[in-house]
Amino acid sequence: MEDYYLKVSKGHTDRRKLKSRLMIILCYVAAAMAILPLLYIFFYTTMQGASSLNIDFFTELPKPVGESGGGMANAILGTLILVALGSVIGIPVGIFAGIYITEYSKSIFANVIKFVTDVLSGIPSIIIGIFAYGLIVIPMKSFSAYAGGFALGVLMIPTITRITEEMLKLVPHSLREAALALGIPRWKTTLRIVLRTAQSGIITGVLLAIARAAGETAPLLFTSFGNSFWSTSLDSPMASIPVQIFNYAISPYDEWHSKAWAGAFVLISLVFVVSLIVRLATRNKFSQTA
Amino acid sequence: METAEEITKEAAVIETVSEEKVKYTVETEGLTVSFKGREAINDINIKIRANTVTSIIGPSGCGKSTFLRSLNFMHDLTPGAKVKGTIKIHNKNIDEYDMTEVRRRVGMVFQKPNPFPTMNIYDNVVAGIIMNKGKKRNELNEIVEQSLELAGLWEEVKDRLKVSAMALSGGQQQRLCIARTLAVNPEIILFDEPTSALDPISTSKIEETLFHLKNKYTIVIVTHNMQQAARVSDYTAYFFLGKLIEYARTRTIFTSPREKLTEDYVTGRFG
Repeated sequence: MEDYYLKVSKGHTDRRKLKSRLMIILCYVAAAMAILPLLYIFFYTTMQGASSLNIDFFTELPKPVGESGGGMANAILGTLILVALGSVIGIPVGIFAGIYITEYSKSIFANVIKFVTDVLSGIPSIIIGIFAYGLIVIPMKSFSAYAGGFALGVLMIPTITRITEEMLKLVPHSLREAALALGIPRWKTTLRIVLRTAQSGIITGVLLAIARAAGETAPLLFTSFGNSFWSTSLDSPMASIPVQIFNYAISPYDEWHSKAWAGAFVLISLVFVVSLIVRLATRNKFSQTA
Repeated sequence: METAEEITKEAAVIETVSEEKVKYTVETEGLTVSFKGREAINDINIKIRANTVTSIIGPSGCGKSTFLRSLNFMHDLTPGAKVKGTIKIHNKNIDEYDMTEVRRRVGMVFQKPNPFPTMNIYDNVVAGIIMNKGKKRNELNEIVEQSLELAGLWEEVKDRLKVSAMALSGGQQQRLCIARTLAVNPEIILFDEPTSALDPISTSKIEETLFHLKNKYTIVIVTHNMQQAARVSDYTAYFFLGKLIEYARTRTIFTSPREKLTEDYVTGRFG
């Protein structure tokens, strides 16, 4: 009798072990499929782009066709300005909308916002560009950094809202109760206890949104447009790395193609470095998510 | 053993005070709480005496915690919760106070230790004070020491006040939560099964703390553990199916209860 059970259970466990191993292998394959394209893009861009990268690229203005040399300095600065403008709009609106949804979600209005955010995150970025064009470019009668920054900001809102919402939901309810039971007012509980506990996750989400905005081309095409010269005035057209890459890449000149690769490499590195810095800065402080 | 005797003595002292002179800290009349139309407690009338430990016992789902949480507006957060009837604190209707003021005066310690994870021990203790009104640094140091001392944690943490609160053990975290509650200087402290997630040693430390707190504060404790109720409290209220069945001195409840239901529960026949 005992032997019988032993045999059955052995065959059974063997099959389970096999299944378990198979599943683990599938997980590895899926992980590899997710990471490989990223690594491939990174290395290919580095190979193509790094060779045409030099100091001039960061300090010089673009040169006309036929002249060698020149750089993308104005586009690099332009991207930084546009992303900063977008952040000024997107980060506060996104975070506060996320707070509203999770902390004050008794009303139907919160559900409406949630739904609208979902729809907004599914809207193609070029549509957001058109929206900014209609809202800002046409009345101002000029392409401008304002319009570009606004488009990027709108683009960032749904990502930040959703991440904020998800992160705040992870904060245990007992923490809010603990704070309220001490007689701490609701708004202070939200800002100084709940938000602080969810801080690292929200920062990561904001970063993702910034990284995405930095690489967007479509919403900038007819908002900030592009500029071959230095421009720091916000009410005139402004160069940006993605648009510059786009313009160079569709041109017929080899010289410009290599410039486009260099631009792509700079863009990726920018996103990479920013992510790394924030990761390192927030690594140890909030490792314990209760 | 000694504690049991002391409790009896204490109870005897309270007994000698005539009813008119007894000071009640919390009184409820017709208190009914419902969640989405379903009543959790129904028509609770209770008067809780100042500077005593009152324990609330009863089987799961009888409304013990619901009752406790209604005393400091904790149901305000729960969607669909409705509180009817009157609650008086120091003879004044609870609605006449500002909500945050009630919560400051009626502190609460929860079942699971819930220190603020992003703060160190020191900041956890002063969180309530700082976020209510600013205080001077040297005052804060004094409050931190007093509160931790009273919660029985000072000796264990005095050299590492800047360490994250999450580094403490579960029992220490719970005593930290008690210290945090004491720091805002409440008059009443509600304990919602404060030791049910803790080991026996931590439990006895917290029970000891309760005993010292009685001199300064009015304490209401919800507990699943009848021995604990018998050990720490002067008065006991027995809840069953959302009703207050019996409320009397702890000794009476455990030795000669008036109601059959109470007797069945305290003798372990059900529950």
